[in-house]
Amino acid sequence: MTTRTTSLDRALAANTWFVYAFFYLPILVLVVFSFNASTRVGIWRGFSTRWYGEVLRNPEVLDALKNSLIVAALSTVAATVIGTAAALAIDRYRFRGRRGLDGILYLPIIIPDVTMAVMMLLFFARAFALIDAAGPRFQLGIGSITLSHIAFNISFVAVVVRARLGQLDGSLEEAARDLYANSWQTFRRVTLPLILPGVLGGALLALTLSLDDVVVTAFVSGPGSTTLPVYVFGLVRRGVSPAINAISTIMLVASIGLVALSLVFQRGPKASRNTEMIKETT
Amino acid sequence: MTSEQRTAALIAEPGLEAAATAADRKRGLLLALPAYVYLLLFFVLPFLIVFVYSFATRSATGATRLSDWNLLAYQKLFDSLVVQIVWRSFWIASLTTIICLVMAYPFAYYIATRRPAVRNVLLVLVMIPFWSNFLIRTYAWRFILGTDGPIATLTDALGMEPVRLLFTNAAVMIGLVYGFLPFMVLPLYAAIERLDWSLVEAARDLYASGWSAFRKVTLPLTRSGIIAGSLLVFVPSFGAYVTPAILGGSKDLLLGSYIVTQFQQARNWPFGSALSIVVMVFMLAALMIRARTGAEEV
Repeated sequence: MTTRTTSLDRALAANTWFVYAFFYLPILVLVVFSFNASTRVGIWRGFSTRWYGEVLRNPEVLDALKNSLIVAALSTVAATVIGTAAALAIDRYRFRGRRGLDGILYLPIIIPDVTMAVMMLLFFARAFALIDAAGPRFQLGIGSITLSHIAFNISFVAVVVRARLGQLDGSLEEAARDLYANSWQTFRRVTLPLILPGVLGGALLALTLSLDDVVVTAFVSGPGSTTLPVYVFGLVRRGVSPAINAISTIMLVASIGLVALSLVFQRGPKASRNTEMIKETT
Repeated sequence: MTSEQRTAALIAEPGLEAAATAADRKRGLLLALPAYVYLLLFFVLPFLIVFVYSFATRSATGATRLSDWNLLAYQKLFDSLVVQIVWRSFWIASLTTIICLVMAYPFAYYIATRRPAVRNVLLVLVMIPFWSNFLIRTYAWRFILGTDGPIATLTDALGMEPVRLLFTNAAVMIGLVYGFLPFMVLPLYAAIERLDWSLVEAARDLYASGWSAFRKVTLPLTRSGIIAGSLLVFVPSFGAYVTPAILGGSKDLLLGSYIVTQFQQARNWPFGSALSIVVMVFMLAALMIRARTGAEEV
């Protein structure tokens, strides 16, 4: 009996290390080869940072990066405010249309990005047709990209904040109110500090998703409003190059920095936001 | 005043209670309003527009005329080419889901049964790929599987037959599994972690074998995680565009790419809209299966 358990345990451990290798080896290979001196991507010709230099001097890359950062910052702020308010409303209050909102909120999370992209494209096509008829001329660009990113980010922020709210009981807020705090004071001094890790976690997730999005952005971007992932996607479709490896490494380091940041915000046993988020959605 | 006293006061004065609930309702509605309005405008309305477009007419130039409503786009769904594409996307997404489940279940089980300190480290190691840029992670496989990539260089150096995986369905599936595996791991982990182990122990005490205890107790109790994870892998895989665009061949078209084609080269917006509706029908069906099987009961 004991031997069977240990051999099972050994098989489980082996599978675990296999999955970790599967997760990390491809990324590792990519990072290593981004320092390859050779113009032939797959042949190692010594260590060099030349591709990083080339990438960081490329005005197209810098422009795309600037657009990405603008969109990510704007959509994160807006989605965090709207999503947090929605999470508070659903978790703490009973009101008409609560279940409807709860239902709609889940959809942008699982909808495939192509479908979301088509929806946003047709929406802006119709909206612009209407507005243009009234006079001013609008076109796809940073504005339409930002509005689309807010649309999917609200849901993610709301889910993360709700997970945090679910961990708290209402007794502290009740105590504050019993001590004659008005509702604003209660929110400002009790609720907000308690849910802040969730809010920051949601904001970081929104930031990451905005910086990652390719398909929706590609559909609603106009001339001159290319974001970094859309630019990289264009390059990748044409083939492989050491320069793409370098951009990729920079983007990977940025994502890992965001994970680290989010972990700092929510230390503690099983406070890891993503599991909480998934728990909330399951 | 304690909450009991307050409740007592409210009961004594029903008018006060009604006023308090009304104020509460108002505040809730006010907080929910921005999200409500935003999602109605930028999610529900766009969905309705797609629905309307799927009945519109495509003119000879590729422009869409919102008149002469018809079912042509839906009829086209039954062309053998289209049926083939939908079918191919369906089985690739199904197989991806199954592979993810088989890899992720023992993986999540192992993590969830470690000491808390070890568990947290192992979880962080799952978060990193979960957070890393999806496009870049897909590109990594393009690089690795490519004719100029490290595998090909290695097989060349060893004088072996080159492995041609890139631009095949197998490559797409590797990319999808790689991309969506964390979405399977996390809900499974959540389900296994909150499992009541005393139930498994009870089964063992009643002389259930390890396997039957797993099959009759552990598996049913973690069903919610299995269903949630499968949903989170299947739906995006079914409509995937980025992965097949980078790793897939031009012959074996998948639904996501086919939809994009309708809005770019083919300029057939009504048909593209009808295809998007198909994706959404599958999504809603998956959601309904989840609701039916009671994934929310835990």
